Amino acid sequence: MIEIDKLWFSWQGKTADPTLKIDALHVKQGEHLFLHGPSGSGKSTLLSLLAGIQVPQQGAITLNNTQLNRLSSSQRDQFRADHIGYIFQSFNLLPYLNPIDNVTIACEFSRLRKQRALSHGDSLTHLAKNLLVQLGLDEQHHHKAVNTLSIGQQQRVAAARAVIGDPEIIIADEPTSALDEANRKAFIELLFAQTDKTGATVVFVSHEQSLAPLFSKVVHLDELQGGADDLA
Amino acid sequence: MILLKLATKSLLNRRASVLLSLLTIAISVMLLLTIERVRMQAKESFAATVSGTDLIVGARTGDIQLLLASVFRIGHMNNGVSWQSYQDISTKRGIKWALPLSLGDTHKGYAVLGTTGDYFTHFQYGKKQHLSFSAGVPFANNNDVVLGAEVAKRLGYDLGDNIVVAHGMGKTSFHHHDDKPLTVVGILAATGTPVDKTLHVPLIAIDQLHGAETQQAEHLHAEHHDDEHDQEHLVDLVGEPKQISAFLLGFDSPLYTLQVRRNINNYKPEPLMAIMPGVTLRELWGMLAMVEKLLLLFSVVVLVVSLLGMLTTLLANLSQRRRELAILRSVGAKPWHIFSLMSMESLLISLLGTTFGVALCYLLLTLAQPQLQAQAGINIDLQGISSYELMLIAVIMAAAWIVGLIPAIRAYFYSLHDGMSVKT
Repeated sequence: MIEIDKLWFSWQGKTADPTLKIDALHVKQGEHLFLHGPSGSGKSTLLSLLAGIQVPQQGAITLNNTQLNRLSSSQRDQFRADHIGYIFQSFNLLPYLNPIDNVTIACEFSRLRKQRALSHGDSLTHLAKNLLVQLGLDEQHHHKAVNTLSIGQQQRVAAARAVIGDPEIIIADEPTSALDEANRKAFIELLFAQTDKTGATVVFVSHEQSLAPLFSKVVHLDELQGGADDLA
Repeated sequence: MILLKLATKSLLNRRASVLLSLLTIAISVMLLLTIERVRMQAKESFAATVSGTDLIVGARTGDIQLLLASVFRIGHMNNGVSWQSYQDISTKRGIKWALPLSLGDTHKGYAVLGTTGDYFTHFQYGKKQHLSFSAGVPFANNNDVVLGAEVAKRLGYDLGDNIVVAHGMGKTSFHHHDDKPLTVVGILAATGTPVDKTLHVPLIAIDQLHGAETQQAEHLHAEHHDDEHDQEHLVDLVGEPKQISAFLLGFDSPLYTLQVRRNINNYKPEPLMAIMPGVTLRELWGMLAMVEKLLLLFSVVVLVVSLLGMLTTLLANLSQRRRELAILRSVGAKPWHIFSLMSMESLLISLLGTTFGVALCYLLLTLAQPQLQAQAGINIDLQGISSYELMLIAVIMAAAWIVGLIPAIRAYFYSLHDGMSVKT
């Protein structure tokens, strides 16, 4: 599902020391990967590469049998729209859309996701509502202004947006760091409940070691890298 | 479509600052359009004050002074033209018609013009339009008066009313001749020219007004008593004026114009001058061009300031919106989507602002129309948007769009560089 082979990346270009150097990483479909890394370990860089915003100077990243580094930047944008659900650490929502629209916007840039989403129900709005309820956001909140929602509620909306239209890969960048202990676990369990329905692969990045037991595969980023000394 | 929806919602979400930029654009568009409209109309009604007249003849003075006094009733002429000269010149070959003008008296601030009945048949304004009567008939007696449209309307006069003309200029006068009232026999249709603000009387009536101060007093006094007798046969409406202020000439063919003009300028018995109204009108307008350009410059500056205001607002918002751009990128928006979204927002602001501005312009013109007509004599037609104004609007929109491209381009590069790694 996710294949990284001899990846080499530096923000400064080819001559500088690499920011990220990964010999190999394999994640199977449906696997829940816990990527542990303290801040400064190249997490954001790796996520940028996985999401197709950046391309490695050397090596290959293959997602869902598509080699990302062979695509043009526009094709990578389209690939992301079609196949990747992304959850930020916080402030995931567009302030001018209500929760429902914040969920359905994921289908607006991808025909594929829209088709898949509509195969589950008659309308995107309806589907978004169902997803939000399943993720624990009651209907009374669905049309509120997003800035009136709590952080926890906002992250549920973000999770719904990431899973709508059944993307094959969900990337979550410390999505629980703003939540309290009890909510963290609940959030992850609700997210898995959704991704397991479609068999999506989850890449979950966090520095909180305590969450690791919830995942089927745990990788430490500094172990993955060629050596901690190489880090920028 | 989704971009338009996002742009609209995003603008609505920031309605306070958006409304401010929108208002400044609306006001500047309003200013620019209104100034342009008034300028064009002023030029038009200015040029329309007299037409069909080939020459204006008066005592030697400045071209513009003669024009202002004879056509616009502004200022006064120090010297007149003797009646003999008028009669001599007006019977020369090629002259189709001649209209003597005797000015200098007023009624409640409105100019009194002594002339002949020919005035109503030969005087032309605008696009060679003749005067027409909205009520009544031309004067036929020495104490008849024909009112301009505005005089009748403002002073509330109707046919058959008696009015008293004062000697001299100004609203207050030293001599009132209550014993010699004039009777309103005709009211002219509105022309949008100084004719509307004029009272037309027979030449002889002017003499009668001045009667008290001339040696003719006795004669006129007698004539006054003989009114009933006079009306039985053809009334002399000219009398024996000594001099008139100026006169208008129309030729059989415009070919005579230059020849006659030269002859008049070299007229031996009396120093006279002749001007071609079209040429002098253009000269006069040329003098006003400076003011005109200054006004235009000001409104353009206001427009530029308002566009810069919009730019400032959009750029200030942009740095707060980098998170939003990252979210859009994460759901697959391409950098050009971001670019389109941003430029759409500025285009929407300017489109709404311009539309609002056009509406404000019409509102302003509607409100100002009576004032402009009364104070400046500028006739504002509330016509549709002209092709020139459409072009102006298009230029404004294009300028707004170009200004809006700046934040859009910035957003484009933000979205390329930031990717999804914005730290907030």
